[in-house]
Amino acid sequence: MSRTTQRPAFRRSVARITAVLGAATLAAAALAGCSSGGGASGETTIRLTAGGNDPAATAFAKNLVAAFEKENPKITVKVSTRPGGTDGDNLIKTRLSTGTMDDVFLYNSGSLFQALRPDSQLQPLTDEPWVKNLTADFKKTVSTDKATYGAPWGTTFNGGIMYNKKVYEKLGLTVPTTWDEFISNSEKIKAAGIIPILQSYGDTWTSQLFVLADFANVSAEDPKWATDYTNNKAKYVDAPALAGFTHTQEVFDKGLMNKDFASLTNVNALKLLATGEAAQYPMITAVISNVVQSNPDQVDDIGYFAMPADSGEAHATVWEANGAYIPKSSTGDKLVAAKKLVAFLNSPKGCDVQNSTGVPAGPFAISTCTVPDDAPALVADELKYQEDKKTGLALEFLSPIKGPNLEKILIQVGSGISTGAEGAALYDNDVKAQAQQLGLKGW
Amino acid sequence: MSTASPAAAVQAAAIAEEAPPPPPRKRRPIKSHYPSWFFIPTIALYVVFFAIPTFASFYFSLTRWSLFDSQFIGFANFVQFFQDPQLYTSFIHTLIYAVITSGSKVIIGFFLAVLLTGPVVGRGYLRAVVFFPVLISTIGVGIMFKSLLDPFHGMVNGVLGFFGLPQPGWFTDPNLALYTIAGVDVWKGIGIATLIFMAGIVAIPNEYYEAAKIDGASSWNILRLITIPLTRGATATVIILSLIGGLRSFDIIWATTGGGPGFTSDVIASVIYKQYQAGFYGLSTAGNVVLFLVVTVIMVPLSYFLNRKQVEL
Repeated sequence: MSRTTQRPAFRRSVARITAVLGAATLAAAALAGCSSGGGASGETTIRLTAGGNDPAATAFAKNLVAAFEKENPKITVKVSTRPGGTDGDNLIKTRLSTGTMDDVFLYNSGSLFQALRPDSQLQPLTDEPWVKNLTADFKKTVSTDKATYGAPWGTTFNGGIMYNKKVYEKLGLTVPTTWDEFISNSEKIKAAGIIPILQSYGDTWTSQLFVLADFANVSAEDPKWATDYTNNKAKYVDAPALAGFTHTQEVFDKGLMNKDFASLTNVNALKLLATGEAAQYPMITAVISNVVQSNPDQVDDIGYFAMPADSGEAHATVWEANGAYIPKSSTGDKLVAAKKLVAFLNSPKGCDVQNSTGVPAGPFAISTCTVPDDAPALVADELKYQEDKKTGLALEFLSPIKGPNLEKILIQVGSGISTGAEGAALYDNDVKAQAQQLGLKGW
Repeated sequence: MSTASPAAAVQAAAIAEEAPPPPPRKRRPIKSHYPSWFFIPTIALYVVFFAIPTFASFYFSLTRWSLFDSQFIGFANFVQFFQDPQLYTSFIHTLIYAVITSGSKVIIGFFLAVLLTGPVVGRGYLRAVVFFPVLISTIGVGIMFKSLLDPFHGMVNGVLGFFGLPQPGWFTDPNLALYTIAGVDVWKGIGIATLIFMAGIVAIPNEYYEAAKIDGASSWNILRLITIPLTRGATATVIILSLIGGLRSFDIIWATTGGGPGFTSDVIASVIYKQYQAGFYGLSTAGNVVLFLVVTVIMVPLSYFLNRKQVEL
């Protein structure tokens, strides 16, 4: 074999130079693409994560940004959405841990907020001017011992049964206050050929309402339940908390659910409720904003009553407003712009946006915003429980523990795969892992 | 070579055979290490993205981890993982799922390969059609099938209803969900199995088939006595690859049912993912270590058993 001929020296070095230059250009182009916006002088670009990816959350974020950019022409805000439920929790925790979170993000308050480890991940907002206008209840749900971290957006809302008033009128039914009344109403509705109780496991988070919206009743029977629960002394397998699980099972056993419960989504279930094809839907009233988008003429046909109790009076479970937070990774100009956006949320123009797109589902958590007169009809139903002092905060605002598998466990119970008692035992076990991860004593 | 006659050629060959072979030329020792420089980028990538994370995960599985600080707790994560009430059922589901998908891919893939290496009309087109699902994103397939197999609004049940056939809840019936997902997985992965089998079948020398035909063997006998034994290497490959894939499968399950309804289609990988989702990073790392050990314990003896009968053809 002959030796490979050497290419002439000149051609070799030309090839070498071209290769080096090409690599350098590529590297420069890649690095240029990496740098984020905010190039022009005085202009800042920040990013906002919406509170979900359903139509209502997306519209709210976009309208808020449009109004904010009008008042602050030098700031541009880019909006992105995120999934709801546990997928959304996962996304937010991961982004915070890796320092890639948007400059402002909208998320729950209460125990989900505590799970973000706010002291190390979020910017403290204690010295912001709007903090003094917060209600005491809300302030607790977005603060740790060290600082306050969030501003409210949206109103407080209630969990319980959303029902179609027209169907109730047509069948001559009255709002039930005990669980037995609720079941007998449902059976009458079923006999009339209307879906009595909607379940929508296509969106897994909706399976939890029989348990979570019953908590005000549990608190009314045992005011210390939440503290005992945090200290590993109260359990879901025992009364009064077991009721939520057995109710979920009973509704399935008695055949009072819609046929397509396993695949129906939340938005489609609301459409059925609005048009009167279904009569009752265990739900949080915050979703009324989706009805405003899909069935605006039928919004006022939907009313609310509290989750009926096995015994005693029904109490309405209240969820505090959600929070707007700023991660520690936002600094400098972006931090200033982000704080402006957060303050804008509850300024007069911001309140207008909240009232027009973010449909009010209850009273506000900050004194600078008020509920307008044309709020949906169910807000009046909710306010009545507040006036009668028959309310209680949801468990996630009284205890930092929430097990990650409650949704799936309740889908099992609601689909007839396991009994309510088995589900309650599973959840008590599930909660243990979360408590240990949070480093709580006594677990 | 020009020779006078065949006899002379035979003689020359005989002489050449008997003469001692010339001494092998002494190879010059390799002075340059230049070729080994080419390994460096690959080794660097492998170490950084595979070796280091694997050993790091062995360490972090022994801690309570929150991505920024970790607290050493010994084997508590493993104890907790094995105490998970869902673990036993998800193990069973994983094994069922792996065996069904692997078995289906082997059997269906083999027969498809026999079909597609024989004289059939539109062979090139059929091969493309069989292989096409492999190229689509798994999540896309999952979402698409979730909509196609919707029990009330999906196209499949619509067609079944039109013919008066029962319309099962493909992904919503607790007893059916896992098998439906296995079916979708087989639909997606059959192309690769068929491809490997086709390569194995085409590698069989034609002389065997000709000899068998001369001896008057039926097609079934040809298949049973020639094709199947001689594609043992391809069969071993398909079994090993599809079984590993089946044991580790996550994306198709998550995209279609998320482990649901409830926990009835949960496999180990989705249990681990849910723990990760909840922020239990140490626990899910421990779960991954367990999965790694389970797959190793199943696959290493199996692969040894399947490959030991291989003989160079």
